[in-house]
Amino acid sequence: MSLSLKSWREIPIGGVGFKLSTEVKTGEWRAMKPVIDQNKCTKCLICWLFCPEPAIMWDGVRVEVNYDYCKGCGICAQECPVKAISMVPEFGGE
Amino acid sequence: MTTLKLTPKYPREKQTIMMFNGDEAVAYAVKQCYVDVVAAYPITPQTIIVEKFSEFVANGEVHTEFIHVESEHSAMSACIGAAATGARAFTSTCSQGLALMVETLYIASGLRLPIVMAVTNRALSAPINIHGDHSDAYLMRDAGWVMLFVENVQEAYDTTIQAFKIAEHPEVQLPVSVHLDGFFLSHTMENLHVLPDEAIYEFLGGPRKPVKVKVDYYDEEVEYTLNPARPLSVGMLAFYDYYFEIKTQQVEAFKHAERVITEVNEEWYKLTGRKYGDGLVDPYAMSDAEIAIVVMGSSTGTIRNIVKKFRERGVKIGVLRIRSYRPFPRRRVAELLKDVKLVAVLDRAASPGTLGALYSDIISSLYTLKERPLVVNYIYGLGGRDLSPQLVHRLIEELREDLRRGFIPEERLQRYLGVRE
Repeated sequence: MSLSLKSWREIPIGGVGFKLSTEVKTGEWRAMKPVIDQNKCTKCLICWLFCPEPAIMWDGVRVEVNYDYCKGCGICAQECPVKAISMVPEFGGE
Repeated sequence: MTTLKLTPKYPREKQTIMMFNGDEAVAYAVKQCYVDVVAAYPITPQTIIVEKFSEFVANGEVHTEFIHVESEHSAMSACIGAAATGARAFTSTCSQGLALMVETLYIASGLRLPIVMAVTNRALSAPINIHGDHSDAYLMRDAGWVMLFVENVQEAYDTTIQAFKIAEHPEVQLPVSVHLDGFFLSHTMENLHVLPDEAIYEFLGGPRKPVKVKVDYYDEEVEYTLNPARPLSVGMLAFYDYYFEIKTQQVEAFKHAERVITEVNEEWYKLTGRKYGDGLVDPYAMSDAEIAIVVMGSSTGTIRNIVKKFRERGVKIGVLRIRSYRPFPRRRVAELLKDVKLVAVLDRAASPGTLGALYSDIISSLYTLKERPLVVNYIYGLGGRDLSPQLVHRLIEELREDLRRGFIPEERLQRYLGVRE
Protein backbone atom coordinates (compact mmCIF):
# COMPACT_ATOMS: atom_id res chain seq x y z
CA MET A 1 0.00 0.00 0.00
CA SER A 2 1.11 3.51 -0.80
CA LEU A 3 2.77 5.51 1.97
CA SER A 4 0.46 8.43 1.28
CA LEU A 5 -2.46 6.55 2.88
CA LYS A 6 -3.30 7.84 6.35
CA SER A 7 -3.42 5.87 9.61
CA TRP A 8 -6.59 5.32 11.64
CA ARG A 9 -5.46 8.06 14.04
CA GLU A 10 -5.26 10.67 11.27
CA ILE A 11 -8.62 10.33 9.52
CA PRO A 12 -11.92 11.82 10.74
CA ILE A 13 -14.38 9.46 12.48
CA GLY A 14 -17.20 7.62 10.78
CA GLY A 15 -15.61 7.55 7.33
CA VAL A 16 -16.44 11.23 6.79
CA GLY A 17 -15.08 12.13 3.36
CA PHE A 18 -11.75 13.78 4.10
CA LYS A 19 -10.93 14.50 0.47
CA LEU A 20 -13.08 16.09 -2.23
CA SER A 21 -15.46 13.74 -3.96
CA THR A 22 -13.98 14.90 -7.29
CA GLU A 23 -10.74 13.14 -6.24
CA VAL A 24 -12.55 9.82 -6.02
CA LYS A 25 -12.62 8.35 -9.54
CA THR A 26 -15.39 5.80 -9.85
CA GLY A 27 -15.02 4.86 -13.51
CA GLU A 28 -12.22 2.35 -12.87
CA TRP A 29 -14.23 -0.84 -13.19
CA ARG A 30 -15.52 -0.09 -16.71
CA ALA A 31 -15.16 -2.96 -19.21
CA MET A 32 -16.60 -1.21 -22.30
CA LYS A 33 -16.31 2.49 -22.99
CA PRO A 34 -18.53 4.71 -25.13
CA VAL A 35 -16.73 6.52 -27.96
CA ILE A 36 -18.51 9.41 -29.70
CA ASP A 37 -18.09 9.89 -33.44
CA GLN A 38 -18.10 13.70 -33.50
CA ASN A 39 -18.88 13.72 -37.26
CA LYS A 40 -22.13 11.84 -36.72
CA CYS A 41 -23.13 13.63 -33.48
CA THR A 42 -26.04 16.05 -33.97
CA LYS A 43 -25.74 17.44 -30.38
CA CYS A 44 -29.33 16.46 -29.60
CA LEU A 45 -28.16 15.71 -26.00
CA ILE A 46 -30.34 12.62 -25.62
CA CYS A 47 -27.22 10.83 -24.26
CA TRP A 48 -26.76 13.65 -21.71
CA LEU A 49 -30.39 13.25 -20.67
CA PHE A 50 -30.22 9.46 -20.29
CA CYS A 51 -26.76 9.08 -18.68
CA PRO A 52 -27.42 7.91 -15.07
CA GLU A 53 -24.04 9.09 -13.70
CA PRO A 54 -23.99 11.83 -15.25
CA ALA A 55 -20.79 11.33 -17.24
CA ILE A 56 -21.79 13.07 -20.49
CA MET A 57 -20.28 16.54 -20.62
CA TRP A 58 -21.69 19.33 -22.79
CA ASP A 59 -19.75 22.60 -23.05
CA GLY A 60 -22.06 24.18 -25.61
CA VAL A 61 -19.87 23.06 -28.54
CA ARG A 62 -18.98 19.39 -28.18
CA VAL A 63 -20.42 16.36 -26.42
CA GLU A 64 -17.71 14.45 -24.52
CA VAL A 65 -17.62 11.49 -22.14
CA ASN A 66 -16.04 11.95 -18.69
CA TYR A 67 -14.19 8.64 -18.33
CA ASP A 68 -13.36 9.35 -14.66
CA TYR A 69 -16.97 8.58 -13.78
CA CYS A 70 -18.42 6.67 -16.78
CA LYS A 71 -19.20 3.06 -15.71
CA GLY A 72 -19.64 1.87 -19.31
CA CYS A 73 -23.32 0.95 -18.96
CA GLY A 74 -23.95 1.67 -22.67
CA ILE A 75 -27.27 3.47 -22.25
CA CYS A 76 -25.97 6.46 -24.28
CA ALA A 77 -25.00 4.18 -27.21
CA GLN A 78 -28.38 2.48 -27.04
CA GLU A 79 -30.34 5.73 -27.00
CA CYS A 80 -28.31 7.74 -29.57
CA PRO A 81 -30.79 8.32 -32.49
CA VAL A 82 -28.01 8.69 -35.11
CA LYS A 83 -25.82 5.83 -33.74
CA ALA A 84 -22.90 8.19 -33.17
CA ILE A 85 -21.80 6.33 -30.00
CA SER A 86 -20.13 2.93 -30.15
CA MET A 87 -19.12 0.76 -27.20
CA VAL A 88 -15.44 -0.20 -27.42
CA PRO A 89 -13.72 -2.80 -25.20
CA GLU A 90 -11.64 -0.98 -22.55
CA PHE A 91 -8.55 -3.17 -22.81
CA GLY A 92 -8.43 -3.85 -26.55
CA GLY A 93 -11.01 -6.70 -26.36
CA GLU A 94 -10.88 -10.15 -27.89
CA MET B 1 -28.32 -0.38 43.43
CA THR B 2 -25.93 0.88 46.10
CA THR B 3 -27.14 2.90 49.06
CA LEU B 4 -25.91 6.45 49.20
CA LYS B 5 -22.97 7.49 51.36
CA LEU B 6 -22.75 11.11 50.21
CA THR B 7 -25.26 13.88 49.85
CA PRO B 8 -26.34 13.92 46.23
CA LYS B 9 -27.22 17.16 44.48
CA TYR B 10 -30.80 15.93 44.15
CA PRO B 11 -31.46 13.79 47.21
CA ARG B 12 -34.56 11.59 47.28
CA GLU B 13 -36.75 14.26 48.81
CA LYS B 14 -35.99 16.53 45.84
CA GLN B 15 -37.03 13.81 43.41
CA THR B 16 -40.61 12.97 42.50
CA ILE B 17 -42.06 9.52 43.09
CA MET B 18 -43.87 8.31 40.00
CA MET B 19 -45.62 5.07 39.17
CA PHE B 20 -44.53 3.86 35.75
CA ASN B 21 -44.07 0.67 33.85
CA GLY B 22 -40.71 0.23 32.10
CA ASP B 23 -41.91 1.64 28.80
CA GLU B 24 -43.43 4.73 30.39
CA ALA B 25 -40.25 5.27 32.39
CA VAL B 26 -38.20 5.24 29.15
CA ALA B 27 -40.66 7.60 27.44
CA TYR B 28 -40.52 9.96 30.42
CA ALA B 29 -36.71 9.88 30.40
CA VAL B 30 -36.64 10.68 26.66
CA LYS B 31 -39.05 13.57 27.29
CA GLN B 32 -36.53 15.06 29.72
CA CYS B 33 -33.54 14.54 27.41
CA TYR B 34 -34.31 17.36 24.98
CA VAL B 35 -34.48 14.92 22.04
CA ASP B 36 -34.82 16.59 18.62
CA VAL B 37 -36.08 13.65 16.56
CA VAL B 38 -37.92 10.44 17.42
CA ALA B 39 -38.63 8.08 14.52
CA ALA B 40 -40.24 4.81 15.50
CA TYR B 41 -42.55 2.03 14.45
CA PRO B 42 -44.70 0.24 17.01
CA ILE B 43 -44.02 -3.35 18.07
CA THR B 44 -45.07 -5.20 21.22
CA PRO B 45 -43.80 -4.85 23.96
CA GLN B 46 -42.14 -1.56 22.97
CA THR B 47 -45.39 0.13 21.85
CA ILE B 48 -46.04 2.09 25.04
CA ILE B 49 -42.72 3.94 24.71
CA VAL B 50 -43.63 5.59 21.40
CA GLU B 51 -47.32 5.78 22.26
CA LYS B 52 -46.57 7.67 25.47
CA PHE B 53 -43.97 9.82 23.76
CA SER B 54 -46.31 10.75 20.93
CA GLU B 55 -48.70 12.05 23.61
CA PHE B 56 -45.94 14.36 24.87
CA VAL B 57 -45.49 15.57 21.30
CA ALA B 58 -49.23 16.04 20.75
CA ASN B 59 -49.56 17.96 24.02
CA GLY B 60 -46.72 20.28 23.05
CA GLU B 61 -44.67 19.18 26.07
CA VAL B 62 -41.56 18.58 23.94
CA HIS B 63 -40.01 20.31 20.92
CA THR B 64 -39.31 16.90 19.32
CA GLU B 65 -40.08 16.15 15.67
CA PHE B 66 -41.91 12.80 15.71
CA ILE B 67 -41.53 10.94 12.41
CA HIS B 68 -44.12 8.28 11.63
CA VAL B 69 -42.28 5.74 9.51
CA GLU B 70 -43.42 2.63 7.65
CA SER B 71 -40.93 0.16 9.14
CA GLU B 72 -38.10 -0.27 11.63
CA HIS B 73 -35.63 -0.12 8.77
CA SER B 74 -36.96 3.36 8.00
CA ALA B 75 -37.07 4.29 11.69
CA MET B 76 -33.34 3.76 12.08
CA SER B 77 -32.66 5.33 8.66
CA ALA B 78 -34.54 8.47 9.74
CA CYS B 79 -32.57 8.55 13.01
CA ILE B 80 -29.32 8.23 11.05
CA GLY B 81 -30.30 11.14 8.81
CA ALA B 82 -31.37 13.23 11.79
CA ALA B 83 -28.24 12.45 13.80
CA ALA B 84 -26.06 13.28 10.78
CA THR B 85 -27.49 16.80 10.82
CA GLY B 86 -26.48 17.13 14.47
CA ALA B 87 -29.82 16.27 16.05
CA ARG B 88 -30.28 14.19 19.19
CA ALA B 89 -32.22 11.17 17.94
CA PHE B 90 -34.05 8.32 19.65
CA THR B 91 -35.91 5.22 18.56
CA SER B 92 -37.17 2.04 20.12
CA THR B 93 -37.92 -1.47 18.92
CA CYS B 94 -37.40 -5.18 19.64
CA SER B 95 -37.54 -8.70 18.20
CA GLN B 96 -38.69 -8.83 14.54
CA GLY B 97 -38.46 -5.05 14.33
CA LEU B 98 -34.86 -5.15 15.47
CA ALA B 99 -34.18 -7.94 13.00
CA LEU B 100 -35.52 -5.76 10.21
CA MET B 101 -33.38 -2.90 11.48
CA VAL B 102 -30.10 -4.82 11.56
CA GLU B 103 -28.71 -3.47 8.28
CA THR B 104 -29.11 0.11 9.45
CA LEU B 105 -27.75 -0.63 12.95
CA TYR B 106 -24.33 -1.19 11.39
CA ILE B 107 -24.65 2.08 9.45
CA ALA B 108 -25.50 4.06 12.60
CA SER B 109 -22.41 2.72 14.38
CA GLY B 110 -20.18 2.84 11.29
CA LEU B 111 -21.00 6.51 10.77
CA ARG B 112 -20.41 7.05 14.52
CA LEU B 113 -23.78 8.65 15.16
CA PRO B 114 -24.74 8.81 18.87
CA ILE B 115 -28.31 7.56 18.50
CA VAL B 116 -30.05 6.09 21.54
CA MET B 117 -32.44 3.17 21.21
CA ALA B 118 -34.52 1.35 23.80
CA VAL B 119 -34.89 -2.37 23.12
CA THR B 120 -37.64 -4.16 25.02
CA ASN B 121 -36.01 -7.57 24.67
CA ARG B 122 -38.40 -10.05 23.08
CA ALA B 123 -38.01 -13.53 21.61
CA LEU B 124 -37.51 -13.95 17.85
CA SER B 125 -39.87 -15.96 15.65
CA ALA B 126 -40.50 -18.84 14.87
CA PRO B 127 -42.58 -19.90 16.75
CA ILE B 128 -44.00 -16.41 17.02
CA ASN B 129 -43.78 -15.07 20.55
CA ILE B 130 -44.12 -11.62 22.06
CA HIS B 131 -42.52 -12.28 25.44
CA GLY B 132 -39.16 -11.46 26.89
CA ASP B 133 -35.87 -13.18 26.15
CA HIS B 134 -32.49 -12.00 24.91
CA SER B 135 -32.41 -13.50 21.42
CA ASP B 136 -32.98 -10.11 19.77
CA ALA B 137 -30.18 -8.54 21.81
CA TYR B 138 -27.74 -11.30 20.80
CA LEU B 139 -28.69 -10.61 17.20
CA MET B 140 -27.17 -7.11 17.43
CA ARG B 141 -24.20 -7.92 19.65
CA ASP B 142 -21.58 -7.31 16.91
CA ALA B 143 -23.37 -4.34 15.34
CA GLY B 144 -21.07 -1.84 17.03
CA TRP B 145 -23.60 -0.57 19.57
CA VAL B 146 -22.93 0.05 23.24
CA MET B 147 -25.43 -2.32 24.90
CA LEU B 148 -26.63 -1.74 28.46
CA PHE B 149 -28.96 -4.20 30.21
CA VAL B 150 -31.16 -2.93 33.01
CA GLU B 151 -32.65 -4.80 35.94
CA ASN B 152 -35.68 -2.75 36.95
CA VAL B 153 -37.86 0.21 35.96
CA GLN B 154 -35.83 2.73 37.96
CA GLU B 155 -32.70 1.60 36.15
CA ALA B 156 -34.49 1.80 32.79
CA TYR B 157 -35.21 5.47 33.50
CA ASP B 158 -31.72 6.21 34.80
CA THR B 159 -29.93 4.34 32.02
CA THR B 160 -31.92 5.96 29.20
CA ILE B 161 -30.71 9.37 30.38
CA GLN B 162 -27.15 8.10 30.91
CA ALA B 163 -27.21 6.59 27.41
CA PHE B 164 -27.32 10.02 25.75
CA LYS B 165 -24.39 11.19 27.84
CA ILE B 166 -22.33 8.09 27.02
CA ALA B 167 -23.20 8.12 23.31
CA GLU B 168 -22.41 11.81 22.85
CA HIS B 169 -19.13 11.81 24.77
CA PRO B 170 -16.51 13.22 22.32
CA GLU B 171 -14.29 10.13 22.71
CA VAL B 172 -17.17 7.67 22.36
CA GLN B 173 -19.51 8.85 19.57
CA LEU B 174 -21.25 5.49 19.37
CA PRO B 175 -24.93 4.56 19.34
CA VAL B 176 -26.22 3.13 22.63
CA SER B 177 -29.02 0.63 23.16
CA VAL B 178 -30.81 0.27 26.50
CA HIS B 179 -32.19 -3.24 27.00
CA LEU B 180 -35.17 -3.84 29.25
CA ASP B 181 -36.76 -7.28 29.35
CA GLY B 182 -40.04 -7.35 27.46
CA PHE B 183 -43.11 -7.54 29.74
CA PHE B 184 -41.01 -8.33 32.83
CA LEU B 185 -39.98 -4.67 32.83
CA SER B 186 -41.77 -3.04 29.91
CA HIS B 187 -45.24 -3.76 31.33
CA THR B 188 -44.53 -3.99 35.05
CA MET B 189 -45.50 -1.03 37.22
CA GLU B 190 -42.98 0.15 39.77
CA ASN B 191 -42.48 3.17 41.96
CA LEU B 192 -39.54 5.20 40.83
CA HIS B 193 -37.82 8.46 41.57
CA VAL B 194 -37.59 10.93 38.72
CA LEU B 195 -35.52 14.09 38.58
CA PRO B 196 -36.72 17.57 37.67
CA ASP B 197 -36.30 18.51 33.99
CA GLU B 198 -33.61 21.10 34.70
CA ALA B 199 -31.44 18.49 36.44
CA ILE B 200 -31.41 16.33 33.31
CA TYR B 201 -30.81 19.36 31.08
CA GLU B 202 -27.79 20.25 33.18
CA PHE B 203 -26.57 16.63 33.37
CA LEU B 204 -26.60 16.34 29.58
CA GLY B 205 -25.21 19.84 29.08
CA GLY B 206 -28.21 21.01 27.06
CA PRO B 207 -28.75 19.97 23.44
CA ARG B 208 -26.35 17.64 21.60
CA LYS B 209 -22.99 19.14 20.67
CA PRO B 210 -21.61 17.46 17.53
CA VAL B 211 -17.88 16.68 17.44
CA LYS B 212 -15.46 18.39 15.07
CA VAL B 213 -13.68 16.66 12.22
CA LYS B 214 -10.71 17.66 10.07
CA VAL B 215 -11.11 17.28 6.34
CA ASP B 216 -8.64 18.26 3.61
CA TYR B 217 -10.91 20.73 1.87
CA TYR B 218 -11.54 23.05 4.83
CA ASP B 219 -8.74 24.91 6.63
CA GLU B 220 -10.42 24.75 10.03
CA GLU B 221 -11.97 21.78 11.81
CA VAL B 222 -15.68 21.60 11.05
CA GLU B 223 -18.65 20.12 12.91
CA TYR B 224 -19.57 16.58 11.89
CA THR B 225 -22.99 17.68 10.66
CA LEU B 226 -24.67 17.82 7.28
CA ASN B 227 -25.15 21.46 6.38
CA PRO B 228 -25.90 22.72 2.85
CA ALA B 229 -23.96 25.93 3.57
CA ARG B 230 -20.83 23.90 4.33
CA PRO B 231 -20.94 20.57 2.47
CA LEU B 232 -19.46 17.41 3.95
CA SER B 233 -19.47 13.88 2.53
CA VAL B 234 -21.04 11.34 4.91
CA GLY B 235 -21.42 7.66 4.10
CA MET B 236 -18.41 7.45 1.77
CA LEU B 237 -17.11 4.40 -0.07
CA ALA B 238 -14.08 2.82 1.59
CA PHE B 239 -12.47 -0.30 0.14
CA TYR B 240 -9.34 -2.20 1.20
CA ASP B 241 -7.60 1.19 1.40
CA TYR B 242 -9.56 2.71 4.32
CA TYR B 243 -12.33 0.34 5.55
CA PHE B 244 -9.92 -1.34 8.02
CA GLU B 245 -8.81 2.01 9.49
CA ILE B 246 -12.38 3.24 9.93
CA LYS B 247 -13.41 -0.03 11.65
CA THR B 248 -10.31 0.19 13.89
CA GLN B 249 -11.48 3.62 15.09
CA GLN B 250 -14.81 2.06 16.01
CA VAL B 251 -13.18 -0.77 17.97
CA GLU B 252 -10.92 1.71 19.79
CA ALA B 253 -13.91 3.89 20.70
CA PHE B 254 -15.29 0.98 22.76
CA LYS B 255 -12.25 1.25 25.06
CA HIS B 256 -13.26 4.84 25.78
CA ALA B 257 -16.89 3.76 26.16
CA GLU B 258 -15.89 1.35 28.93
CA ARG B 259 -14.28 4.22 30.86
CA VAL B 260 -17.09 6.68 30.15
CA ILE B 261 -19.81 4.26 31.35
CA THR B 262 -18.11 4.11 34.78
CA GLU B 263 -17.63 7.89 34.85
CA VAL B 264 -21.26 8.55 33.98
CA ASN B 265 -22.36 6.02 36.62
CA GLU B 266 -20.33 7.96 39.23
CA GLU B 267 -21.67 11.29 38.03
CA TRP B 268 -25.22 9.95 38.26
CA TYR B 269 -24.48 8.80 41.82
CA LYS B 270 -23.40 12.32 42.79
CA LEU B 271 -26.51 13.75 41.16
CA THR B 272 -29.15 11.28 42.38
CA GLY B 273 -27.62 9.01 45.02
CA ARG B 274 -28.14 5.97 42.78
CA LYS B 275 -25.52 3.86 41.06
CA TYR B 276 -25.34 0.40 39.55
CA GLY B 277 -22.13 -1.33 40.60
CA ASP B 278 -19.34 0.38 38.67
CA GLY B 279 -21.68 0.87 35.72
CA LEU B 280 -20.24 -2.13 33.88
CA VAL B 281 -20.94 -4.94 36.34
CA ASP B 282 -23.15 -5.05 39.42
CA PRO B 283 -21.84 -7.66 41.88
CA TYR B 284 -23.76 -8.95 44.91
CA ALA B 285 -22.18 -10.90 47.79
CA MET B 286 -19.14 -11.68 45.64
CA SER B 287 -16.31 -10.91 48.11
CA ASP B 288 -15.81 -14.47 49.48
CA ALA B 289 -18.11 -16.36 47.10
CA GLU B 290 -17.23 -19.91 46.05
CA ILE B 291 -20.16 -20.12 43.65
CA ALA B 292 -21.13 -17.24 41.35
CA ILE B 293 -24.19 -16.85 39.15
CA VAL B 294 -23.66 -14.57 36.15
CA VAL B 295 -26.82 -13.09 34.67
CA MET B 296 -28.21 -10.09 32.75
CA GLY B 297 -31.50 -8.24 33.01
CA SER B 298 -34.62 -8.60 35.10
CA SER B 299 -33.99 -12.13 36.47
CA THR B 300 -31.21 -10.77 38.65
CA GLY B 301 -33.61 -9.64 41.38
CA THR B 302 -35.13 -13.11 41.79
CA ILE B 303 -31.69 -14.74 41.88
CA ARG B 304 -30.31 -12.19 44.33
CA ASN B 305 -33.27 -12.82 46.63
CA ILE B 306 -32.71 -16.60 46.73
CA VAL B 307 -28.94 -16.16 47.01
CA LYS B 308 -29.57 -13.98 50.06
CA LYS B 309 -31.47 -16.86 51.69
CA PHE B 310 -28.62 -19.28 50.97
CA ARG B 311 -26.14 -16.72 52.36
CA GLU B 312 -28.15 -16.65 55.60
CA ARG B 313 -27.59 -20.42 55.79
CA GLY B 314 -23.84 -19.87 55.35
CA VAL B 315 -23.55 -20.90 51.70
CA LYS B 316 -20.80 -18.86 50.01
CA ILE B 317 -22.57 -17.76 46.90
CA GLY B 318 -22.80 -14.47 44.97
CA VAL B 319 -24.37 -12.90 41.89
CA LEU B 320 -22.60 -11.01 39.12
CA ARG B 321 -24.92 -8.98 36.96
CA ILE B 322 -23.50 -7.84 33.65
CA ARG B 323 -24.84 -4.36 32.95
CA SER B 324 -22.61 -3.45 30.02
CA TYR B 325 -22.79 -6.31 27.51
CA ARG B 326 -20.93 -4.25 24.90
CA PRO B 327 -18.26 -3.15 25.71
CA PHE B 328 -17.87 -6.43 27.59
CA PRO B 329 -15.94 -5.67 30.80
CA ARG B 330 -13.64 -8.69 30.63
CA ARG B 331 -11.00 -7.32 33.05
CA ARG B 332 -13.60 -6.57 35.72
CA VAL B 333 -15.19 -9.99 35.20
CA ALA B 334 -11.83 -11.76 35.59
CA GLU B 335 -11.08 -9.71 38.71
CA LEU B 336 -14.41 -10.60 40.33
CA LEU B 337 -14.42 -14.28 39.40
CA LYS B 338 -10.74 -15.15 39.93
CA ASP B 339 -11.21 -16.66 43.41
CA VAL B 340 -14.54 -18.31 42.70
CA LYS B 341 -14.60 -22.12 42.34
CA LEU B 342 -17.71 -22.56 40.25
CA VAL B 343 -19.44 -20.12 37.91
CA ALA B 344 -22.89 -20.62 36.37
CA VAL B 345 -23.56 -18.39 33.37
CA LEU B 346 -27.24 -17.90 32.58
CA ASP B 347 -28.14 -17.17 28.96
CA ARG B 348 -31.68 -16.07 28.19
CA ALA B 349 -31.27 -17.10 24.53
CA ALA B 350 -29.81 -20.14 22.86
CA SER B 351 -27.03 -20.01 20.29
CA PRO B 352 -27.87 -23.22 18.43
CA GLY B 353 -24.76 -25.17 17.50
CA THR B 354 -22.58 -23.67 20.20
CA LEU B 355 -22.66 -22.66 23.87
CA GLY B 356 -24.41 -19.52 25.12
CA ALA B 357 -23.22 -16.10 23.94
CA LEU B 358 -22.75 -14.70 27.45
CA TYR B 359 -21.05 -17.96 28.45
CA SER B 360 -18.53 -17.54 25.62
CA ASP B 361 -17.73 -13.99 26.75
CA ILE B 362 -17.26 -15.11 30.35
CA ILE B 363 -15.02 -18.01 29.29
CA SER B 364 -12.78 -15.72 27.22
CA SER B 365 -12.61 -13.23 30.09
CA LEU B 366 -11.35 -15.96 32.44
CA TYR B 367 -8.88 -17.60 30.07
CA THR B 368 -5.97 -15.29 30.99
CA LEU B 369 -6.19 -16.35 34.67
CA LYS B 370 -3.62 -18.90 35.88
CA GLU B 371 -6.21 -20.76 37.93
CA ARG B 372 -9.63 -20.79 36.41
CA PRO B 373 -12.96 -21.67 38.00
CA LEU B 374 -15.28 -24.35 36.60
CA VAL B 375 -17.86 -22.67 34.38
CA VAL B 376 -21.24 -24.11 33.38
CA ASN B 377 -23.83 -22.72 31.02
CA TYR B 378 -27.58 -22.60 31.64
CA ILE B 379 -30.13 -21.74 28.97
CA TYR B 380 -33.23 -20.36 30.69
CA GLY B 381 -36.39 -18.32 30.24
CA LEU B 382 -36.80 -18.71 26.47
CA GLY B 383 -39.90 -17.04 25.04
CA GLY B 384 -40.63 -15.33 28.33
CA ARG B 385 -40.72 -18.46 30.49
CA ASP B 386 -40.54 -17.38 34.10
CA LEU B 387 -37.47 -17.99 36.22
CA SER B 388 -39.28 -18.82 39.44
CA PRO B 389 -37.72 -18.71 42.93
CA GLN B 390 -38.21 -22.52 43.05
CA LEU B 391 -36.13 -22.91 39.88
CA VAL B 392 -33.35 -20.71 41.23
CA HIS B 393 -33.44 -22.78 44.42
CA ARG B 394 -33.04 -25.97 42.38
CA LEU B 395 -30.26 -24.34 40.35
CA ILE B 396 -28.26 -23.45 43.45
CA GLU B 397 -28.68 -26.96 44.91
CA GLU B 398 -27.43 -28.39 41.62
CA LEU B 399 -24.41 -26.05 41.68
CA ARG B 400 -23.56 -27.06 45.25
CA GLU B 401 -23.64 -30.69 44.11
CA ASP B 402 -21.26 -29.81 41.23
CA LEU B 403 -18.92 -28.06 43.64
CA ARG B 404 -18.84 -31.11 45.95
CA ARG B 405 -18.05 -33.34 42.96
CA GLY B 406 -15.35 -30.91 41.82
CA PHE B 407 -15.65 -31.39 38.08
CA ILE B 408 -18.13 -30.88 35.25
CA PRO B 409 -18.58 -33.72 32.78
CA GLU B 410 -18.53 -32.51 29.17
CA GLU B 411 -22.12 -33.59 28.50
CA ARG B 412 -23.25 -31.49 31.47
CA LEU B 413 -21.47 -28.28 30.37
CA GLN B 414 -24.65 -26.79 28.94
CA ARG B 415 -27.95 -27.33 30.71
CA TYR B 416 -31.53 -26.19 30.33
CA LEU B 417 -33.16 -24.46 33.25
CA GLY B 418 -36.92 -24.81 33.35
CA VAL B 419 -37.61 -26.89 30.23
CA ARG B 420 -39.87 -29.98 30.41
CA GLU B 421 -37.67 -33.04 29.92
